[in-house]
Amino acid sequence: MFTRYQLDGAYDEMFKPDATPRTHYERLYQRLLRLPPDELTRREQAAELSFLQQGITFTVYGSEEGTERIIPHDLLPRIVTGNEWDTIERGLAQRITALNLFLKDIYHEARCLAAGVLPRELIYTCRHFRREMRGVNVPRDIYISVVGTDLIRLPDGRFAVLEDNLRVPSGVSYMLANRQVMRHVFPLMFRNYGVRPIDHYGQALLQTLRALAPSQRPNPTIVLLTPGVFNSAYYEHTFLARQMGIELVEGRDLLVHDQVVYMRTTAGLQRVDVIYRRVDDDFLDPLAFRADSTLGVAGLFNAYRAGNVALANAIGTGVADDKALYAYVPAIIRYFLDEEPILPNVETFLLTDETQRQYVLEHLDELVVKAVGESGGYGMLIGPHSTRAEQEEFRARIMEQPRNYIAQPTLALSRAPCFIDGQIEPRHIDLRPYILYSGEAKLVPGGLTRVALTRGSLVVNSSQGGGSKDTWVVDP
Amino acid sequence: MLSRVADSLYWMSRYLERVEHSARLIDANVVLALDQAPAFAEQRWARLLASLHATAPEGASDARSITDALTFDRSNRASIITSLGAARDNARQVREQISSEMWEQLNRLFLQVSQIGIEDIWNIQPHAFFRSVKEGAHLFQGLTDATMNQGEGWHFMELGRFIERASATAALLDAQFAHYNRTEDEEERPQAMNQYLDWVGFLKSRTAFEAYCQVYTADLQPERIAEFLLLNPEFPHSLRFAAGRINRALQAIVRVTNSRRSGQAERLTGRLRATLEYAQIDEILSGNIRAYLAEMQEQCAQIHSTIHEVYFAPPLAAVLN
Repeated sequence: MFTRYQLDGAYDEMFKPDATPRTHYERLYQRLLRLPPDELTRREQAAELSFLQQGITFTVYGSEEGTERIIPHDLLPRIVTGNEWDTIERGLAQRITALNLFLKDIYHEARCLAAGVLPRELIYTCRHFRREMRGVNVPRDIYISVVGTDLIRLPDGRFAVLEDNLRVPSGVSYMLANRQVMRHVFPLMFRNYGVRPIDHYGQALLQTLRALAPSQRPNPTIVLLTPGVFNSAYYEHTFLARQMGIELVEGRDLLVHDQVVYMRTTAGLQRVDVIYRRVDDDFLDPLAFRADSTLGVAGLFNAYRAGNVALANAIGTGVADDKALYAYVPAIIRYFLDEEPILPNVETFLLTDETQRQYVLEHLDELVVKAVGESGGYGMLIGPHSTRAEQEEFRARIMEQPRNYIAQPTLALSRAPCFIDGQIEPRHIDLRPYILYSGEAKLVPGGLTRVALTRGSLVVNSSQGGGSKDTWVVDP
Repeated sequence: MLSRVADSLYWMSRYLERVEHSARLIDANVVLALDQAPAFAEQRWARLLASLHATAPEGASDARSITDALTFDRSNRASIITSLGAARDNARQVREQISSEMWEQLNRLFLQVSQIGIEDIWNIQPHAFFRSVKEGAHLFQGLTDATMNQGEGWHFMELGRFIERASATAALLDAQFAHYNRTEDEEERPQAMNQYLDWVGFLKSRTAFEAYCQVYTADLQPERIAEFLLLNPEFPHSLRFAAGRINRALQAIVRVTNSRRSGQAERLTGRLRATLEYAQIDEILSGNIRAYLAEMQEQCAQIHSTIHEVYFAPPLAAVLN
């Protein structure tokens, strides 16, 4: 089973450097040794069938008949101990609380800029900074209700933050679906392991959204705004709407009259109080933002500014997950909370800085370069895996627009056992927990563990051939 | 329920009813052509086109080209593949409102028809093909009734299905009687056998032959046939039956939505139902039956546009106050 399993410099989730299993993986390890290989293959097929039958798919762009594929799924759970999780939970709660204060400050007095916590031009040159939001009061000062933060494990075993997703993070439906499927496929292991439950996510999300509703609306109408069936995350939108029992709407289902948002129903217009929007800022309101958007609602921004409707997340939160701003998050935590960051950042080079840029340009073959405004693994150069030509291309781009890029050391993401072609092999993984913030941060114990399914690859994004696996937080 | 969702459910159901109707019509015609003289067959294709409000493809009036145009031609708005595609597009919009079984069946049926052409069916087994399309549509209907909550959405599907059925039945009767009256007037009544086969084909295209025989025996009288397809309260493809279902579905929707604007729709569907419930075939036939059938189609069209205006796309002025 483990004949193709070799340890290297990266942190291995299952094995200690001396090749004995870590305590919390011991039971899984023993179970795997006793299972005949065909049995795992059989369960893998059962899991895949289950995904397909539940319609847990994502849409592949560009295919005419709307091809839907199941997201690649790995059979073996990734296990995190309760202790490790508690650190993650405190660290993320701290980070999100600070970022929320930061957003409020940036769109009001901007004290942190005056205090020199971070350079002014970093904000004003950010593509996701929304001038329109300055001075706008958002309900209960909550800017980021739903967050997905990507963590990686460093070679020394500590978790570090790789990036924050404060706009419209996706993937939480896979976290829930993975768990559902695993319970069917490995019922016995669940009984033995003491895995913390995550199934209350839908309910927690609903409470988070409800917290945004105006107090004079005791039975608020909450809707999920989707870009529509052609969006790659459409499955997730339908899934979450069903889990929460709220209406799934498109822009054309809504209208604004006298600065109040309504949805068109067969019983007439119904007032909408909270919108969990899965549409980017740019497309929300053709009158305020991109005029060519057909996904949004004309007049929505005015209704929002008037306080007649709440949005989750607020408009303009992208300024706080800009990859260049990321480097200043530890300083932001210290400034707003007067605390030391619990979860470290990854070392980051800012290319607007002369000396740092010089260093990066000389070491392009060792570093990872990322475009600041991109996500989903697009616009990335992974130095050690790149060709000369690619490096030259990035060199030219950096010289032209240094503000658009950052660089980080190539990190050996930790590795976890995966079931691949009838054998167990290590693959690089990360972890995206989902944080709900409604004045205080709430996490369900788990997250989306993304897997780079190609051997040696460090890219875990599903749009780039990554898969996912169930994440267990276990108490001994 | 969101207006857009109701609209999609309504049209999904309507398009599928259209698919089933066309498949049945074409099938009956193709089979009948085996027994009849070519001249009669040609007339009957012309009637079929008229009843579907379609025209023959340019430069071709033979059975194969017409069947092709009405089945596989994606540029023809009256073709089976166009209706199936439209039904599927509507279903995609409301994927979370219908059951997975319904979606899978509709998708399967669409893929089945979209992957073949006239050359695959014409020389071998056109009947088997059209039967499988009919069965595919029936299976969808069965799955709908067995797996979907029979709430507001389901009632909008009923509405779409029976409005389509009512107007298609009226259009079909109209085309048939237009032909029948003409041959009557011109006193060139065709041989009894061809005439008989014509009526058999007509009834079969409404899956009504056996049901008719149970009520009236195999003595095929145009008056009785008209009575059966217009006024029979129990036959699911009669106009009266459809009008009853339209009225029932609308009343259910009115109860759920509690809308103040539904008065006109209630009046129209109630009138159509009552007209057919209290009508007598002798009265209809002593007047101008074609005008009567045109009136029925007009009433269906009015009901549709009223429902559209009340539930799917109300003018803003109406909903804002």
